[in-house]
Amino acid sequence: MPKITFIEHNGTQHTVDAEVGQSVMQAAMDNLVPGIDADCGGECSCATCHVMVNSDWLAKVGAPNDAEDSMLDLNPEREQSSRLSCQMTVSDELDGLIVDLPEFQF
Amino acid sequence: MSEAPTINMAEFDPKDLALEDIDIAQRSLWIEDKKMAFFERLRDEAPVHFCKDSEFGPYWSVTRYKDIMEVDGNWQDFSSEPAITIVEPEEDFPLPMFIAMDPPVHDDQRKTVQGSVAPANLKLMEETIRARTQKVLDDLPVGEQFDWVDRVSIELTTQMLATLFDFPFEDRRKLTRWSDVATGDEESGIVESEEARQAELYECLEYFTNLWNERAERGESNDLVSMLAHGEATKDMSPQEYLGNLILLIVGGNDTTRNSMTGGVWALNQNPGEYAKLRNNPGVIPNMVSEIIRWQTPLAHMRRIANKDYELGGQTIKAGDKVIMWYLSGNRDERSIENPNEFIIDRPKARQHLSFGFGVHRCMGNRLAEMQLRVLWEEVQKRFHMVEVIGEPERVPSNFVHGYTEMQVVLHPH
Repeated sequence: MPKITFIEHNGTQHTVDAEVGQSVMQAAMDNLVPGIDADCGGECSCATCHVMVNSDWLAKVGAPNDAEDSMLDLNPEREQSSRLSCQMTVSDELDGLIVDLPEFQF
Repeated sequence: MSEAPTINMAEFDPKDLALEDIDIAQRSLWIEDKKMAFFERLRDEAPVHFCKDSEFGPYWSVTRYKDIMEVDGNWQDFSSEPAITIVEPEEDFPLPMFIAMDPPVHDDQRKTVQGSVAPANLKLMEETIRARTQKVLDDLPVGEQFDWVDRVSIELTTQMLATLFDFPFEDRRKLTRWSDVATGDEESGIVESEEARQAELYECLEYFTNLWNERAERGESNDLVSMLAHGEATKDMSPQEYLGNLILLIVGGNDTTRNSMTGGVWALNQNPGEYAKLRNNPGVIPNMVSEIIRWQTPLAHMRRIANKDYELGGQTIKAGDKVIMWYLSGNRDERSIENPNEFIIDRPKARQHLSFGFGVHRCMGNRLAEMQLRVLWEEVQKRFHMVEVIGEPERVPSNFVHGYTEMQVVLHPH
């Protein structure tokens, strides 16, 4: 099972076992990682599963899709490495992925 | 405008009417609070329902949670222009505002102001909000009857709005009045005529134009008027567009949270078991706030126009058709929410509700609203054993603003 590490704004790390094919958001929710709300349940419609991808992983993770980009754009605290974790699919290639959580979800 | 409806919906049991005769937007259902049983029938039997004739013209009703999500998330096929409520805009009095615009103009204007209520800024505001809430609560009479809507809900939301606009504090009740006027009409009894309504809204524009001029001359500051006056996407707005966006921000920040502040008290009074849970565990307040916002659904609907023919729930919505997403109904959809008619303050997944909308038009002030409500309940619980509702609250006669004009209460200390 690929491992994903979520780092809270205060530095607390959570490394979880994720299932191939599920979203990174769902992996966080299943393992009770705090700091992700996912109000829309994974429909790319609320932007409350915002994460910042660790710079070493940016190229592998790739850029947001159009719908995701327009939702991210509403957040004044968006960064270059920002993604919505419901739009990132867990794969073996992402084993070891590290993402930072924002201080607040928008 | 069609002729007056021949069937008064409120006089019927929903199952005694033919589906095609149901006009869920009809005012009588909302004034007499009979709409919920009609929504249930539509969700079960005609979740994407066409009403061919109404006071508001023909319209589709979308009443299930998932169907509403689908429409709300799809701005490409469902336009927010030219208005976001079921009422057609007055042709000679257009009020352009960014909530009623599609991307990209919507995005540019929204970005200009959304920083004011972004979470980082809210953290700075919490102390002020708490101090004001404490003052409002400490000034209330204990053991004697008063109107919670006026003394608490209106007062707190209006103070907040005045701060966001940096609006002269002593004049703040003007904001309350303009909010009511903007969403009211002659039939609601708020104004005497459409002319009177427009005249009051021009007073609003005039007042705010003075503020605009004053802020434009100064350097940029972080109040909403200054942000609009200096923002690249908004500084050249027409007066009518300025008025439209002001109304958006005033109504968005006023009617909504106000009615959740009242609705929460009403819901807890109808569910004494939940009130007991709250007393035993004030830590449940953040979750309760989401449940209150779901249960109340302070804006009952949003409207879209289909940009193309679209299949939804086995029906074909035609390009140009008016589509109403009934958030109030989606938030009671048993297909997506367990025991949706129950008010459960420790409900799992309480944040998953439709009240803020979804997609690019999702409520900009949602985090501020949640914070105002959380602080209010934290302070109420410190002071009072119970806010007891006397009688029944008076409802706003509207199918859009889902709220209360008056609710008499008595405070009981610990």
